[in-house]
Amino acid sequence: MSATGEGRGDGGPVLEVRDLHVSFSGRQGLGAGLLGRSATTARAVDGVDLEVARGEIVALAGESGCGKTTLARAIMGLVKPASGEIRYAGRPLRHRDLREFRRKVQMVFQDPTGALNPRQTIYESVAEGLRIHKVSGEEDVLVSKALADAGLRPPERFFLLYPHEVSGGQRQRVVIAGALALEPEMIVADEPVSNLDASVRGEILALLLKLRDRFGLSLLIVTHDLGLAWTVADRVAVMYLGRIVEVGPAEDVLTRPLHPYTKALLQVLPEAGGDLSGRSILLGEPPDPTRIPPGCRFHPRCPEVQSGRAAELGMEERNRTEVPLLREIRPAHFVACHLA
Amino acid sequence: MGARRYLTAKVVQALFTLAFVLVFNFFLFRILPGNPAQILARQRRLPVEAVRELERDFGLKDPLPQQFVNYAGDTLRANFGISFKFRRPVGEVIQGRIWPTVLLVGVATIGSTVIGLLIGIYGAWRRGSGFDMGSLGFSLVTYAMPEFWLGMILLILFASTSGLELFPLGNIRTPGGPASGIAHLLDVGRHLFLPALTLILALLGEYALIMRSSLLDVMGDDYIVTARAKGLREAQVLRRHAVPNALLPTVTLVALNLGFVVSGAITVETVFSWPGLGLLTVEALQAPDYPLLQGLFLLFSVAVIVANLIADLIYGYLDPRVRVA
Ligand SMILES: Nc1ncnc2c1ncn2[C@@H]1O[C@H](COP(=O)(O)OP(=O)(O)OP(=O)(O)O)[C@@H](O)[C@H]1O
Ligand code: SF4
Ligand SMILES: [Mg+2]
Repeated sequence: MSATGEGRGDGGPVLEVRDLHVSFSGRQGLGAGLLGRSATTARAVDGVDLEVARGEIVALAGESGCGKTTLARAIMGLVKPASGEIRYAGRPLRHRDLREFRRKVQMVFQDPTGALNPRQTIYESVAEGLRIHKVSGEEDVLVSKALADAGLRPPERFFLLYPHEVSGGQRQRVVIAGALALEPEMIVADEPVSNLDASVRGEILALLLKLRDRFGLSLLIVTHDLGLAWTVADRVAVMYLGRIVEVGPAEDVLTRPLHPYTKALLQVLPEAGGDLSGRSILLGEPPDPTRIPPGCRFHPRCPEVQSGRAAELGMEERNRTEVPLLREIRPAHFVACHLA
Repeated sequence: MGARRYLTAKVVQALFTLAFVLVFNFFLFRILPGNPAQILARQRRLPVEAVRELERDFGLKDPLPQQFVNYAGDTLRANFGISFKFRRPVGEVIQGRIWPTVLLVGVATIGSTVIGLLIGIYGAWRRGSGFDMGSLGFSLVTYAMPEFWLGMILLILFASTSGLELFPLGNIRTPGGPASGIAHLLDVGRHLFLPALTLILALLGEYALIMRSSLLDVMGDDYIVTARAKGLREAQVLRRHAVPNALLPTVTLVALNLGFVVSGAITVETVFSWPGLGLLTVEALQAPDYPLLQGLFLLFSVAVIVANLIADLIYGYLDPRVRVA
């Protein structure tokens, strides 16, 4: 299925992220607030460039804490970037365009239970977006259609149910229906299946693929599961400590990785089942966005450095001082590594 | 769980608690030192024969099981005996004093809930602002302050001759003042102001703190972020999603508190000579008037149980996870 990727998404980029930075000050809680800000700043997203084309599915993969959720939220305008630019449909996103953007780009969360107001019926939840944007047309017809498109049939049967009365998989379908009701051009999904039973994961992924095929939706799927990226994505972006270190066609990246980090992730794939959420897979200190190493941020853990190969090639100094930028090594396949 | 089953379970639970309180109430007043007849006799220097007669009247010579059966039967028939002090049925005495307390507790509960919730909501919304910090400090101080102390300060500041003399020193109405019409209502209002304010201040802090933390909790939830991501304005997010969900624990707490507020009114009523159940309890303790105390104790316990039941019902009503069958 992954091989479907190449032909897709050639309608030009819908979403472009340019040199985006997001940081969190170390302020925590009331006490620290009263005592003044502490000096530690977490650079959760630290210079990200990323594009998503029309009708394209991009998977954003990386270990826990590397900044995937923060990037997704910054794209949605939910956290304020420190710098950088987000462009939508070729134009920079400005404050006054935000409302329109929030109709065209919808977000789906990891935990469908938390993403639905427990005191609202399914009808109310799905209709909310329609009301916010004052979408014209019969509300119940639109809600019905959205529920049916999300695979909840017959839709009327779900109208008056509360989220706790349906299964986890159905709940995620309700969330997706809430997004579809607004006829979005793009969906940003933050780990949309990782909280679901293994048995329904496939169904939800199949639904997302179907929506792309039917409506030409673009999808940015955040995941720590490379197996999932392989299954659904046209392109894969691998993130490490706030930066994209490798990005390219899914098959190319996952079968012929170029970055030492991606290689390491893929080496442990069979045992870990493709899931990167567990314990750290690499030697060395776990990455910490408050203390980002200079030069190549991966160098303290890089197998090429540890094996001495980088030294052989005379690259040690560069690894520690010069930030590697993304370079196109193979067609549409970019890597940020001095050795590639 | 079905709505009906939830309701039944809660009512049964309340009934069990009530039964326990009845039994406890019986033994509590039997293990107190000296029997009521002796105490009464000591106070009035009655001859031995009179004491025997009193004991017979009160049924104190019957075997304990028999006494219990009598007590249970009487209680169920709302017959709580004759007050020593007032020489009238306990039920009647309590009835004569219940309305001032209902008025005081009612006004204080509504006032503290409304103001407390508003402070909590605004503080959470403007988290970290000057208002938030100020109200947080204010809430903690009033929450920690003993009611009688707060009451005395207000009394000295606003009622005493060394203070502003804006309000009367105590009682519920001016003796010999208007007994009906608007003038009467205004008179009662003037008397109610300080005791109600004391209780409101005492309760306010807790409600504000709970509402604030409950709202902050809810505001991190994904459905709030979802609503924001869909373009809902911040004030609407608060009104439509955050506040209704945050109200759940707070309103439950307010209802739960109601029972304690009734008995907690004792100190405030004493400070302001407010002729309600609290003051009556103090009078009954001083006598000591066992039948009256027993009746009051039962009433306070029932108030707590009923408040509990109300809290459960509100919770069940507000939370669809419980409500829907
Ligand atoms: N609101 C916040 N305040 C402070 N630090 C934050 C905040 N949100 C995220 N961070 C920090 O930013 C870094 C990136 O977090 P983020 O949630 O984006 O990672 P992630 O890749 O989504 O991880 P996961 O796979 O666990 O979801 C982490 O170090 C995290 O501690
Ligand atoms: S740039 Fe150097 S340190 Fe960084 S990943 Fe490549 S080889 Fe490793
Ligand atoms: Mg995340």
